[in-house]
Amino acid sequence: MSHAVLDPRVAPEFPKAALPVLRDTQLRKNVAHATDVIQAKRAKLVAEKKDWQELRTAAAAIRDNVLGNLGDYLEQFEERCTAAGGQVHWASDAAEARRIILDILREEQAREVIKIKTMTSAEIDLNPALKSAGVHAIETDLAELILQLGKEEPSHIVVPALHVNRSQVREIFSKSMHLEGLSDEPQALTAAARSYLRNKFLTIPTAISGANYLVAETGSVVIVESEGNGRMCLTLPRTLITLAGIEKIIPRFEDLEVMLQILARSATGERMNPYNSLWTGVTEGDGPQRFHVVLLDNGRSEILARKTERQTLRCIRCGACQNTCPVYRQTGGHAYGSVYGGPIGAILTPQLMHMEHAQSLPYASSLCGACYEVCPVKINIPEVLIELRAQVVDQDRHKTSRLFDPMYMGMRMANSVFASAGRFRAAQRLGRTALKPFTGKDGWIRSLPGLGAKWTITRDLRGLPEQSFREWWEKQGRKMP
Amino acid sequence: MRTSLFITCYNDTLFPETGRAVVRLLDRLGVEITFNPEQTCCGQMHANTGFRAEAFSQAKRFVRMYKDAESVLIPSSSCVAMIRDQYPGLFAELGSPTLRDEFEALLPRVYELSEFLIDKLGVQDVGAYFPHRVTYHASCHGLRSLQVDDKPMRLLQNVRGLQLAPIENLDRCCGFGGTFSIKNAEVSSAMLAGKVHDVLSTRAEFCAALDNSCLMHIGGSLHRQYTGVRTIHLAQILASTENDPAEVLA
Repeated sequence: MSHAVLDPRVAPEFPKAALPVLRDTQLRKNVAHATDVIQAKRAKLVAEKKDWQELRTAAAAIRDNVLGNLGDYLEQFEERCTAAGGQVHWASDAAEARRIILDILREEQAREVIKIKTMTSAEIDLNPALKSAGVHAIETDLAELILQLGKEEPSHIVVPALHVNRSQVREIFSKSMHLEGLSDEPQALTAAARSYLRNKFLTIPTAISGANYLVAETGSVVIVESEGNGRMCLTLPRTLITLAGIEKIIPRFEDLEVMLQILARSATGERMNPYNSLWTGVTEGDGPQRFHVVLLDNGRSEILARKTERQTLRCIRCGACQNTCPVYRQTGGHAYGSVYGGPIGAILTPQLMHMEHAQSLPYASSLCGACYEVCPVKINIPEVLIELRAQVVDQDRHKTSRLFDPMYMGMRMANSVFASAGRFRAAQRLGRTALKPFTGKDGWIRSLPGLGAKWTITRDLRGLPEQSFREWWEKQGRKMP
Repeated sequence: MRTSLFITCYNDTLFPETGRAVVRLLDRLGVEITFNPEQTCCGQMHANTGFRAEAFSQAKRFVRMYKDAESVLIPSSSCVAMIRDQYPGLFAELGSPTLRDEFEALLPRVYELSEFLIDKLGVQDVGAYFPHRVTYHASCHGLRSLQVDDKPMRLLQNVRGLQLAPIENLDRCCGFGGTFSIKNAEVSSAMLAGKVHDVLSTRAEFCAALDNSCLMHIGGSLHRQYTGVRTIHLAQILASTENDPAEVLA
């Protein structure tokens, strides 16, 4: 397993980051197997819902209503959550969110925290900040625990250790838990994790979680999970800190009817998640007695202000787009250089980076549209990818460094060619002459220079025929308008 | 019935046999065809690469050229998808009200080949003969944007002599994606390897599709590997008859 860089500011560009992964036999097998299994489960459960398309439409409408009135819903949430004994904090960026969380932990004199899987905490680089502050964070989600003990990075939104198989898990556990003779049977592995974690649940009084949904109407927080480890973190500690992106709001409690159905089926191929935890503020004598919610913006309100891109924030982090994506299938998540990989990561990450980093990601797609087809909240990911590509080009096209860039030169030339049929004809003739030296006796090209070499690394190209269609048509003396 | 043929820029240049086959087929079906050699490109390459202003000027050119056409027939699902999915956004942002009106009036008259045959002409059996084992590759745009569904397969099933061999993972992209195949050549190649494996598993002699772009990609690998399997546009199969068989390619 290679060490992945998931910081978009320093991660290599996607095509480069993908190279070592393409040669990683084990990783590719793991990713293909895991995504096949989840996709098959999802497909079966989606097929049994006759109103699936209506559910998607309803879910998208709920999310659009939220995004159109986000300020109001957030204030409502703050008011209701506070009234119920919770404390709401606002963080405009990652640094502020880290500071808020560290301040709370300092007040709690916490040296250790237990964590429920939260991608948002990875987004703000929380664990390294905790470590610098002398706080030991223990991941309790089984997959996150595997990654933490194996010093690995998450590669999937829902199944962060998707790229690791059970024999690799056995290695990691046996080494870090000092369990000689541990088998790779799932029962043995979960038993090992259980005995490791149980002690942490019972002794560490502070927990950090993310959130699947925040209910504005009631001020409640919702977390769904499969293991029950999250439930432990949500109920046993004295203090709970929930970190959530501001877009996680849903207006009404009854919206959960749609949002829970759509999430479980899309994410893990289940009718309902095994554990659905809902809580509202603080309840005396039951669960954490101190409860904080940190609402994170970190670039989200900028996305909200943009017409085409706004739909990105409908995302409920189900990961269905990753499972179906033929690009992700080859590369897994790490090549995206961000905690958010796959199609949603390709649109979300550059936007969270204010279009200053991760600019190779909008191009990391063949625009096949499989992501849009499965998205439970109907995010038209190809449309957003194209919009972001246009932004990259608008930023770059006047830079002197792009003046002689072959791609930019080619696009400028092609535009001038397509503007006139005469020039198009001339370009066809020129192309025929230019490609002749590269064309073999059989009429095929096996190797091209420059950008063309990128094509011929694995693909032949049929040489240009002697006659274009338009030349043929004219020769036939066929009808012209 | 009359139709205006729009021949995609790369088909005009690289795969003229597709256009010739459409002409032969429509002649046989008694459809009057016109072709305007002033046409060039729908703008898809520029749009998908992020060159929006350029894409707009080509889109405008397309609408101006075909606004009075009885119908426009395009033997390429991705170009039709460009027109249906991306022109509205381009025109909303950069176009004049007149252009938008002209486009809206034209849009319902733009057809991909299998749509034209089944929806417009109402034929499923075009009287073709092609005695070969063929697998059908569903291009992503035809599948998801146009939702042509089984129209191409229905046309193929009615071709005499043709043995249709279904492919595994029909809905999975071949990895072409236009400039994606260059910008992300290695990942694109990895996707292609999977597709070629699925094509070969069908034991077909030909891999057919609605788009020469996918076929150029798949065919490029089939040729590189000396598989002997060829790619062929749906139009070529449908144009083929006993007396006038499909142009066999090098």
